[in-house]
Amino acid sequence: MFSNLKNLLRYRGLIQSLVARELKARYRGSVLGFFWSFINPLLLLSIYTFVFTVILPNQNKDAQPYALFMFCGILPWNWFASSLLEASTALVAGGNLIKKVLFPAEILPLVNVFANMVHFFLGLTILGAFVVGYRHWPDPAGLVWFPVAVLVQLVFTMALALFFAALTVHFRDVRDLLANVLMFWFFATPIIYPWLDPNVVRFKSLFNLNPFTHLVVSYQEILFFKGPVGHAKWLLALGAISIVMFLGAYWFFDRLRDSFAEAV
Amino acid sequence: MHAIELDNVSKIYRRYSGRQFSTLKSALLQRSLMQNLRPNEMFPALTDVSFTVPKGATYGVIGKNGSGKSTALKLVAGITKPTTGTVRVDGRVSALIELGAGFHPEISGRENVFINGIMLGLTKREVQERFDEIVDFAELREFIDAPVKTYSSGMYMRLGFAVAIHVDPDVLLVDEVLAVGDEGFTHKCLDKFSEFRRRGRTILLVTHSLSLVERFCDDALWLDNGHAMTHGDPRRVVDAYLTNVEHSEAALLAATTARAVEGAKKKGRDGPEGQEGKDARQERRGTGQDGRDRRDGQDRRASQEPKRDGPAPVADMSQSVEGRWGSREVEIVDVSFVDRDGQPSFVFHSGDPLTVRVKVRAVQPTNDFVFGVGLFNAEGVCCYGTNTFLEDMTPERLDGDAEYTFAIDSLDLVEGTYKMDVAVHKLDGYPYDYHRLLYTFRVKSRTRDVGIYRPRHSWNFSRGIRFKQQ
Repeated sequence: MFSNLKNLLRYRGLIQSLVARELKARYRGSVLGFFWSFINPLLLLSIYTFVFTVILPNQNKDAQPYALFMFCGILPWNWFASSLLEASTALVAGGNLIKKVLFPAEILPLVNVFANMVHFFLGLTILGAFVVGYRHWPDPAGLVWFPVAVLVQLVFTMALALFFAALTVHFRDVRDLLANVLMFWFFATPIIYPWLDPNVVRFKSLFNLNPFTHLVVSYQEILFFKGPVGHAKWLLALGAISIVMFLGAYWFFDRLRDSFAEAV
Repeated sequence: MHAIELDNVSKIYRRYSGRQFSTLKSALLQRSLMQNLRPNEMFPALTDVSFTVPKGATYGVIGKNGSGKSTALKLVAGITKPTTGTVRVDGRVSALIELGAGFHPEISGRENVFINGIMLGLTKREVQERFDEIVDFAELREFIDAPVKTYSSGMYMRLGFAVAIHVDPDVLLVDEVLAVGDEGFTHKCLDKFSEFRRRGRTILLVTHSLSLVERFCDDALWLDNGHAMTHGDPRRVVDAYLTNVEHSEAALLAATTARAVEGAKKKGRDGPEGQEGKDARQERRGTGQDGRDRRDGQDRRASQEPKRDGPAPVADMSQSVEGRWGSREVEIVDVSFVDRDGQPSFVFHSGDPLTVRVKVRAVQPTNDFVFGVGLFNAEGVCCYGTNTFLEDMTPERLDGDAEYTFAIDSLDLVEGTYKMDVAVHKLDGYPYDYHRLLYTFRVKSRTRDVGIYRPRHSWNFSRGIRFKQQ
């Protein structure tokens, strides 16, 4: 297993070009092309802004401007959810490769995770534009934690992506199941409602069980709270757990590896 | 020094046939998850196969469809792992298994070349260096920046082949890919293979083209049903394989014939009505091309005078379907084809002798009988037909069980499947027992000449014309 992991590093050039291909291919043939990566989050942000500042205004004073607050959670969530959905079908869709080319199969779901990470970064530029527009300046001390949060999320997402990709080969209904689970998970995570809302605090211990809560809260704290990020120790704990999860998922993937060429 | 070494390799594919309905949900509900993950059917694709390919050799693998050739190749490529045994490969492997696997249709040929090359184990720089060579080899210079989805299937394959071959592997695995591209491209591929050999690279070739194996390979392996039947000198292996193919073809033809005879028997019994109608239509017809009683019913009796030179209504004959009819006053009990050694056979080589042995049984003694045979090719064209009457034999007596043979000294036919009519009827054509197209045999030939009949022939050339000595 560890030799395979090391092998994976050798293939980083391939992962790079596959991610580039994925991004290029996605918008090939559309008029606006790469701009869709900006337009999509922009439109989303406009809708949320309208709904939560005009129709259902949220008055929580720690979370203003509210649109920006939500965006802090929605962008990482999109990265996470799209990665898992795409990764879960990656092996089945890439069956031709697995059957005909000697090729480490784990590259396929990982490419989905990385491609969505690039979209996440592109979305961040929109977020940045809004930060400037609202003149809502984050604390530079908190900003240091941003790469840590991204890294933790990356490992966490890769772990689940590998796990679901391997599972979908044998149980095709994982994909549909996953779509519904992600929907539920989205609303169970303090993304469109603030973590410090009294109604949320009542269930705090339950929310603490949700790993994505800690990621989202970390992102929000980086942008919305003064001083060092209070959620940092949760984030680091999640990071440690993610590494264990990644190793576990990789082991699971490795165990099933030989069955892929026959089952897809 | 061996480039490829397979040691007692078996590959068992597991089949999960009980899995149709077991989705994750139902598997969890029925608590049968673990049970379902266990395979319930094994399919051995390879059993105890061992072979070694020395460095620099070209090794051919032949065998029927489903004999495990591709599995062996995938094992060598490392795409699948052997269930038992070990596979050792020395050096960089490139597999021409499916060309252009992994091409993305939306992006350009150029980008696909890079990604495919990296996938096959090159670095970006190596692809860069070989890029022009690849594009020239694929003959796609003007289209290289168009998206691959706009390529024709030939262009697609050529590009895939070009990339794979330029990986410059130590061991090249080729699975029946020479069928892509036009004649010119095939030649180019063969040239490339030759160049590989000259440079001391190892090639493992899986193919149905036996001539390619004979021409190209230093060694060959014949796989049958996952077992290594024989290996060694390509000519010998190919011959052994061809002999086996003949045997199984013979078995198939025997089964076909038995079924046809059985089917005809049954039809005759089950549907006397329809059979009578057919009798009425057919009874005016003798065997072969005699044509003498193919007149209207009224003058059938009158035309006892045989018209031997009557036109052969081949089209009419070819419309006939296999079957059996007749009164059975004289019955054809058994028909067999016998080869040169007196052994029953269904496969003959062009130019071989063939003897048709027919057992008949007369219910009552009779002096009115004609034995006939008709020979048809697969398209239903009558190749030859004759009977004892046409050959001026006057019947005197047939009683009880008897046997006759119809011996062909030399089967001067081109390769193909042939069917035979065997019949016994009255002098006026009234059928006792008519077996239409029930007996099938195959003629094999190494010469791929065309037509039906192969006259004995020879070529002679004056001075000034010379051919290469084979």
